[in-house]
Amino acid sequence: MAEKTEKSVVCKGINIHKTYWRGKIEVHALQGVDIEIRRNEYISIMGASGSGKSTLIHILGCLDTPTRGEYYLEEKRVSEFSDDELARIRNQSIGFVFQEFNLLPRLSALENVALPLVYAGKKRIERIKKSRAILEKLGLGERIHHRPNELSGGECQRVAIARALINEPKIIFADEPTGNLDSKTGQEIMAIFDKLVEEGNTLVMVTHDPDIARSARRIIKLKDGRIGDA
Amino acid sequence: MHNILESIALALQTFKTHKLRSFLTILGVIIGVSTVIAILSLIEGLNQAVTGQIRSLGSDVIYLTKYSMVRRGPAEIEKIARRRDFTPDDAIAISRLPSVAATAPVIERQWNKLKYHNKESGQISIIGSNQYFSKVSNRTVQSGRDLTESDVAHRRNVGVIGSKVAADLFEEESPIGKELTIRGKRIRIVGVFEEKGAFLGQSMDNFILVPYSFFEKLFPGKTLSIFDRAFSTYSIHIMPRPKKLDSAIDEVRELMRRRRGLTFDKPDDFELNTQEMLLDIYHSITQVGFVAIVAIAAISLIVGGIGIMNIMLVSVAERTREIGIRKAVGASNRNILLQFLFESVVLALIGGIIGIVFGILLAKLISAVSPLKAAVALWMVLLGFGFSAAVGIFFGIYPAHRAAGLNPIEALRYE
Ligand SMILES: Nc1ncnc2c1ncn2[C@@H]1O[C@H](COP(=O)(O)OP(=O)(O)OP(=O)(O)O)[C@@H](O)[C@H]1O
Ligand SMILES: [Mg+2]
Repeated sequence: MAEKTEKSVVCKGINIHKTYWRGKIEVHALQGVDIEIRRNEYISIMGASGSGKSTLIHILGCLDTPTRGEYYLEEKRVSEFSDDELARIRNQSIGFVFQEFNLLPRLSALENVALPLVYAGKKRIERIKKSRAILEKLGLGERIHHRPNELSGGECQRVAIARALINEPKIIFADEPTGNLDSKTGQEIMAIFDKLVEEGNTLVMVTHDPDIARSARRIIKLKDGRIGDA
Repeated sequence: MHNILESIALALQTFKTHKLRSFLTILGVIIGVSTVIAILSLIEGLNQAVTGQIRSLGSDVIYLTKYSMVRRGPAEIEKIARRRDFTPDDAIAISRLPSVAATAPVIERQWNKLKYHNKESGQISIIGSNQYFSKVSNRTVQSGRDLTESDVAHRRNVGVIGSKVAADLFEEESPIGKELTIRGKRIRIVGVFEEKGAFLGQSMDNFILVPYSFFEKLFPGKTLSIFDRAFSTYSIHIMPRPKKLDSAIDEVRELMRRRRGLTFDKPDDFELNTQEMLLDIYHSITQVGFVAIVAIAAISLIVGGIGIMNIMLVSVAERTREIGIRKAVGASNRNILLQFLFESVVLALIGGIIGIVFGILLAKLISAVSPLKAAVALWMVLLGFGFSAAVGIFFGIYPAHRAAGLNPIEALRYE
């Protein structure tokens, strides 16, 4: 149990390994990562390309499973969850923002944001109300009926952020969220993330950019699948 | 669990984006369901017509003939032809049996043309019988009178005509009292039977009934072909007393064996046919039809189903990224499974509905241009629905299962 003065642990990975097989060759993407994330932390994960950043954040976001090691989310072992429980955790407890937005092209901004609410079993009226509110908060009130191909990159990423936030997750993961954006738009997106942390959210973000990483309160450096010295 | 209407809407959405592909996919189901509906409704129509027809022959009548009306297989014409003919005397003897209510000896000949002034009929039947003919064949005289005992006794040249003959030869005029000529002999019309309608396009009212004693004067001598000797000699139509069908059959058999001098070791040389037997034989024929339908249905629906499975596998592959996104935001395996299963079921059901409509139209078309009458029943429509839904589920489950089992990250990485 966390001590009174310390903030509680949201998730914790112990000796996490991930091995891929490319034909007969083993690729050790993660080789024993220990990590602990507390509530309202703002962590930035950095490292060279291929150092395992995406692999790690996918495991932390319950989108993938480690080959070896244990991962706990709010003190529960993720490896013990059933497929349905994992789906519910991805739906309720985790918000994930991708570099390439990953919006459904045939759905409007509003419908994309509402998608997690569909799987949460929320009624249509409630879905629309909530999604509209969060899009308005992110400055997209005029764009709710546009499809992704009618939106700029920055707008798409804001829709994706709205979707990640819609179920009020315990923790938000973002994998190079500004990687596909120009620097000005990237700064606007970063401002949104900064504000989210101010509001009490927990955020883990992968980035290449040292300037961006600087706004984080803790930086984790990955090298060849291990956490290196800062 | 998200709600069913939205799942259907989602499924329909994907068809809107692939109209032609979806249509080609369900073509197999459309063809399968429509053929089955068309054939089933035609068989059902035939069933109703035949059953009604056999029933309208007059209930519980026994037909004493030289040939079997129901036995299938090669008819042994020569053997049947050699059997002794029945005579009106046989009919008189049978009519005295305790379980028998009425007996009519019936002999029939086709006649090519009947003329009256400048009008002529097509081919008609000339039937020789007695005053009980109308009773055993469930007919009533509409105008004029029926044959009488004395017509038969005095070999009177009188006739009662079917309503079609009346319409063809006399139109609006009353045929009663008019005279027709057959083989140089004049026949005075004394009555007209009520209309019975058509069966399989064949009018049942195209005949003239004369006393059998007069019929023998019309067609004397033994110039019969072997075929006629087998099938066109007297048959005897017997109406049992109420609830006495079985004992009437026994009594007639007993009597006829005696009259024909059959010793106990000899088989019957005559046949006693009943309506039940006619219905049975008919049903055993249509049973074969039903088996054929099931085979057609099975084959076409399997072909249709494979088409659906194929297109669903393509759809799953194309939408791998979509599946990854949905899973990443919280769709469970079951959500994905149901989404794709819904698509294949909706696809198959659309095919089924189009097939049902087509099938009904096809049956109506056939009814319009042929003597067959289609009878579409609710159970056929439900069967069409059920079949196509089952095809959708059966052939959709594998692609849907594949979609559901995808790992979210691998799905998201799919190009
Ligand atoms: N599905 C996979 N199959 C095989 N190898 C993989 C797979 N996914 C990742 N890898 C390998 O694992 C290693 C770590 O990849 P990862 O995507 O985590 O790197 P990254 O730090 O996110 O890199 P980048 O900055 O380019 O995004 C790399 O060598 C990569 O090639
Ligand atoms: Mg990466």
